[in-house]
Amino acid sequence: MWDYSDKVKDYFFNPKNAGLLADANAVGEVGAIACGDALKLMLKVDPATDVITEARFQTFGCGSAIASSSALTEIVIGKTLDEALALTNQDIADFLGGLPPEKMHCSVMGYEALQAAVAHYRGETWEDDHEEGALVCKCFGVDEGMIERAVRVNKLTAPEQVTFYTKAGGGCLTCFEAIEEVLARVNADMADEGLIEVTAAYRIGSVDPRSLKGKPRVNGAKAAPGAKSAAVAVPLSLTPPKESAPRQSPLASLVPPPSAPAPLTAVQRIKLIDKAIEELRPYLQQDGGDCELVDVDGNLVSVKLSGACIGCQMASVTISGVQQRLMEKLGMPLRVVPVK
Amino acid sequence: MKPVYFDNNATTKVDPRVLEAMLPYFTEQFGNASSLHAFGAEVGAAVKGARRDLQALLGAEHDHEIVFTSGGTEGDNAAILSALEASPRRREVITSAVEHPAVLSLCAWLEKNRGVKVHVIPVDAKGRLDMAAYEAALSERVAIVSIMWANNETGTLFPVAKLAEMAKPYGILFHTDAVQAVGKVPMDLKSTAIDMLSLSGHKLHAPKGIGALYVRRGTRFRPQIKGGQQERGRRAGTENTPGIVALGVAARLAGDYMAEENGRVRGLRDRLEKGLLQRIPSCFATGDVENRLPNTANVAFEFVEGEGILLLLNRAGIAASSGSACTSGSLEPSHVLRAMSIPYTAAHGAIRFSLSRDSSGEEVDRVIEAMPGIIEKLRALSPFWDGSGAASAFNPVYA
Repeated sequence: MWDYSDKVKDYFFNPKNAGLLADANAVGEVGAIACGDALKLMLKVDPATDVITEARFQTFGCGSAIASSSALTEIVIGKTLDEALALTNQDIADFLGGLPPEKMHCSVMGYEALQAAVAHYRGETWEDDHEEGALVCKCFGVDEGMIERAVRVNKLTAPEQVTFYTKAGGGCLTCFEAIEEVLARVNADMADEGLIEVTAAYRIGSVDPRSLKGKPRVNGAKAAPGAKSAAVAVPLSLTPPKESAPRQSPLASLVPPPSAPAPLTAVQRIKLIDKAIEELRPYLQQDGGDCELVDVDGNLVSVKLSGACIGCQMASVTISGVQQRLMEKLGMPLRVVPVK
Repeated sequence: MKPVYFDNNATTKVDPRVLEAMLPYFTEQFGNASSLHAFGAEVGAAVKGARRDLQALLGAEHDHEIVFTSGGTEGDNAAILSALEASPRRREVITSAVEHPAVLSLCAWLEKNRGVKVHVIPVDAKGRLDMAAYEAALSERVAIVSIMWANNETGTLFPVAKLAEMAKPYGILFHTDAVQAVGKVPMDLKSTAIDMLSLSGHKLHAPKGIGALYVRRGTRFRPQIKGGQQERGRRAGTENTPGIVALGVAARLAGDYMAEENGRVRGLRDRLEKGLLQRIPSCFATGDVENRLPNTANVAFEFVEGEGILLLLNRAGIAASSGSACTSGSLEPSHVLRAMSIPYTAAHGAIRFSLSRDSSGEEVDRVIEAMPGIIEKLRALSPFWDGSGAASAFNPVYA
């Protein structure tokens, strides 16, 4: 069992401010049932003073998610919106006497819901206009902005911490390089601003993603009867051999090393990518799925999945197989994202 | 009030008769079974007796087919690694999507580091093995099949005797992780084509740290722990004699209680499950309910998360376990429930109750009494529950 503080236990067993707030004028909803936790934060804001007079929550999630949500409502009642916006997830964790590191994402969920609720009250859009490309972790629906905020607020400097705080990378881990990229970029900025030591800043490639996860794929992965969708298995042959080229930074291709052969032209590259995808389609079609190339923008390859791939929990695995295959073929780092 | 322990698939309490039998082997009978003097000889006889007790429980043809190990994980590792070593030209392994990590993690490691091709056979929504996929994976390139007898989370039984028969024509070794099945399912290994079987003492009222691997006579075997002639050279290291004696007594008792396990305990489990399904809306039993262990019930409660259920049960003095993500430290629900395509709305709220011969009807009543309030409390907190059983509208900013 987790090592929860007495206060976490108390707020779980006897949550304060649980339930619906009928006349709420600021509502923030984050998370999803598939991800294992979700929070609906409801606030009543006095329009004259901007003070939060009432706060209630509904949470689906583990003990610390419920405790964090309840703690959040206690913290914000009586605060002005500007004061509330200045809060961080660390304030929630501190209020509860700390959270286990693996559970910090519960406090981040509270922080995100609060930001969303205030944005809702002010009639702003809260980060819901992100492009498909900005979604970093497809398993848990975590976008770049959320990772940036969590890294900045909590001074995170390792990919594993990003997973603890945002859940990004907690599933299939195909987004590992994207997480690295965001982390390294934000860390570099933070080092420039003197927020963290230069030596503490994360450098791309210093953690081997294979050390974080390992499980074999399911054979043929046919859909079980009654399942919502068919899982499309990526043939094992798509997995790059162990001795394949050392992992490169996604940025590396932007600045070719001096000895590199002449870079491909945009058209050559698109042709190659298209050819590689055509070669993959028969595998996907075997399982009732399909895939077509939509766009290539720099290193970002947009593909459209169809057939059995649609709505499939395993689609991210398929995408990762396609991504690996393309990188093998082209010998350069690429990021494959699905578009609707 | 005495706490209710319904987590016997995780581990069981050592039977007092087992403890009593093993204690002298720490003190008076401390000898090394390999020694020629009197100290050793008596201990050697006790080890032989324990081997015969296990032979009887498993229905093995010979007592020397039993190799004592440290537990289930060691047995699983030894069987698979030995098979690959003994058949160097066979570089494939067949297993199932719902195996214990002792098998699945090893297979993932073999795939990554040893270039072994692993066939992971899927299961259907009830947790039943995809027999067509299994048949298609069989070939002379396969060194070993390792498929569990009974699943630890749902209790679902796999037709291992049939699976072993199917593998035989290809010269494939057949291993089964029977950690959950031994002592609950009658076995007669001599009449099957099963080559190897792993079991663990602490799942059948013996202590932790002792187990056994059954290796059929004549099976190609390569020791994975080298350094001595113990266990006929198949597992080096001075015998854990108190543990072995304990396992022998536990095996004898398991045989004696087999009928009770499949009669009284099964009845209690059925009453518990029925009681929960009747009193609580929007929940269902997972696994192949017609064909499973007599002691296991796995019930998925929709729109609530398992950790909260366990914390509240614990406060009510009830111990159970969950396939939810939060309790395991991982962020995804159990690989078993996901392999069965249990919807996420329910997989996060799946609770396993596993009984034993120590369980009573009064304990079952207490759980049936406690659960409705717990689920109601958590559902009242959940944004997905609107009381009708259907997920209520929830439009998160990102999902």
